[in-house]
Amino acid sequence: MESFDIHKGLVAPMDRANVDTDQIIPKQFLKSIRRTGFGDNLFDAWRYLDEGDMGKTLNERQLNPDFVLNAARYQGASILIARDNFGCGSSREHAVWALMEYGFRCVIAPSFADIFSTNSANNGLLLVVLAADEIDALFERVQARGFELEVDLQRQCVTADDGASWRFDIGRQHKQRLLSGLDDIGLSLECEAAIRAFEQQHRQRAPWVFQT
Amino acid sequence: MGGKTLYDKIWDAHWVGERADGMGLMYVDRHLLHEVTSPQAFEGLRLAGRAPWRTGANLATPDHNVPTVRSERVTGVEGIADEVARIQVETLDANCRDFGIEEFGINDVRQGIVHVIGPEQGATLPGMTIVCGDSHTSTHGAFAALAQGIGTSEVEHVLATQCLAQAKSGNMRIEIEGELGDGVHAKDLILAVIRHIGTAGATGHVIEFTGSAVRALSMEGRMTLCNMSIEAGGRAGLVAVDDTTLDYVAGRPMAPSGDDWSAAVTYWKTLHSDADARFDHEVRMDAGKLTPQVSWGTSPELVVNIDEGVPDPAALEDPIKAEVASRALDYMGLEPGTPMTQIALDKVFIGSCTNARIEDLRIAAGIARGRKVRVPQALVVPGSGLVKRQAEEEGLDRVFVDAGFEWREPGCSMCLAMNADRLYQGERCASTSNRNFEGRQGHGGRTHLVSPATAAASAVAGYLADPREMAA
Ligand code: SF4
Repeated sequence: MESFDIHKGLVAPMDRANVDTDQIIPKQFLKSIRRTGFGDNLFDAWRYLDEGDMGKTLNERQLNPDFVLNAARYQGASILIARDNFGCGSSREHAVWALMEYGFRCVIAPSFADIFSTNSANNGLLLVVLAADEIDALFERVQARGFELEVDLQRQCVTADDGASWRFDIGRQHKQRLLSGLDDIGLSLECEAAIRAFEQQHRQRAPWVFQT
Repeated sequence: MGGKTLYDKIWDAHWVGERADGMGLMYVDRHLLHEVTSPQAFEGLRLAGRAPWRTGANLATPDHNVPTVRSERVTGVEGIADEVARIQVETLDANCRDFGIEEFGINDVRQGIVHVIGPEQGATLPGMTIVCGDSHTSTHGAFAALAQGIGTSEVEHVLATQCLAQAKSGNMRIEIEGELGDGVHAKDLILAVIRHIGTAGATGHVIEFTGSAVRALSMEGRMTLCNMSIEAGGRAGLVAVDDTTLDYVAGRPMAPSGDDWSAAVTYWKTLHSDADARFDHEVRMDAGKLTPQVSWGTSPELVVNIDEGVPDPAALEDPIKAEVASRALDYMGLEPGTPMTQIALDKVFIGSCTNARIEDLRIAAGIARGRKVRVPQALVVPGSGLVKRQAEEEGLDRVFVDAGFEWREPGCSMCLAMNADRLYQGERCASTSNRNFEGRQGHGGRTHLVSPATAAASAVAGYLADPREMAA
């Protein structure tokens, strides 16, 4: 997994609450058996005027000129600011893969859905939670062309070029994972003996669990 | 020290320990898999040279992608016309074969929506920890099992370690007292809950549903309730064990029997929150006054009573909510003030892991019996091959077909429209599924979430309709 330490980048706004993972990556792209190839279909139904499908190439598509991420000024954006409950709905990790492949390294919002948060941590996408009024302030500032932010995970703060900065909280474990970029399964397998010991006791207590 | 909640009890009983980075490890009893969120996980396992930790904990079935028309099913996997979908189903078959995982293949009578077949087979048992790469895994919480939807990285993690690396969630109780009126069902109850607490109302929490209205529900009804916990933002939903639970589980193919059964029951009977348990958050609701619910927008919290009209965004004080509402109305093609029962439909879908069990089909058939469908297309998609068989034994298929419904093969179908069952641009549908997100049932499609009773009534009315006016 990609590690995250400090990232500076262009900010794009997504001014909607409850952006669900069906919007982030629509169902037709979930037929893929690969982990890559989703970036061009991020926000597909909003980003294009025609209906997307697997195998349709970009030059067959009609961009929606009114969609915010299609604006020239947001090309190359790597930080997304969003509203409440971002990433709600389906557990599809494809949503995180699509955001990252498009180029996002960080999403800043007042709240995120649970499964989406875990999926993000497992892929090195940093989710920053700020208070609603702080998010309002960022939506104000992003009006200015070329608005950039620096996100420093170690120091847990987001800073603008003029020095304005916002502190954020993040769970100790998530922070460590993101900073180290370590293999999650590898970390868990360090506890192999403990898992085996637990399993043995559990088998005594609840043999019916192990019938299959 | 106060008493323990049901969630605390299951959590403690599966706590393995802490990892070097401080993350907790929770042991997973049952892992359900399907074709859409597992291929990358198996691939990861292969690349790292790992094997499943406990093969027998896993159970797989294809459901999301499978066609539901008979002619595409008779020849099995080869019959799937959409090549990309076929490859995905074949990939699941191959992965299960390679890793020795039990799979109910496309034409096995036990195949079906993963959240329907788990309970049906007794693969879902009280007190278990259950995971699946699908958010509606919360369904299994109806059995007092801690059941959570997970992402694909976690699917790989569970395959490799039999554990979930996780921090504990908060405890939330939703207590629902009172008796549901005629024509009002579990689906209306959960829609009302989501309307009340919002789609992020339970974020970071495991919900336990309690109260007389919940106790009175069948297992099917409780599954409907827990199924949509995720639409309220919950990590999982739970209902304590009682006789209804035990009666449902007894005799299922994968349920314990003999001495094991007695031992299990003794333990399962402890699966309720202690009287002095403390919850981080409590909500109380009254089931007695509830009427059939119907969604009007593009989020499951945008719900009204069937006898109300489309809300007016201008009447909302919160500017963000007003913006959400007017965007939703725009997408849904609705005008404020229009009575819900004057909204004409193009399609009706009865199915999904929320409402495709035998009880749901019985309720819908009760209304469809002797009536005629007045929408261009109405689908009934049973949740599993066994539900389908049972319904056919009861003659429900004839009732549906005579009324003008299409009787299909089991799968997720128009719930997420990965296969040919879908809405087209601008089409409007009354659906017993769980999500009314933009495009969920097809690009540009418009979804109204309802109960099976309301769906059946709407199919025969041609408009969204109140099932109470169409008694069986
Ligand atoms: S029926 Fe719908 S919600 Fe349920 S598992 Fe299938 S796609 Fe997901």
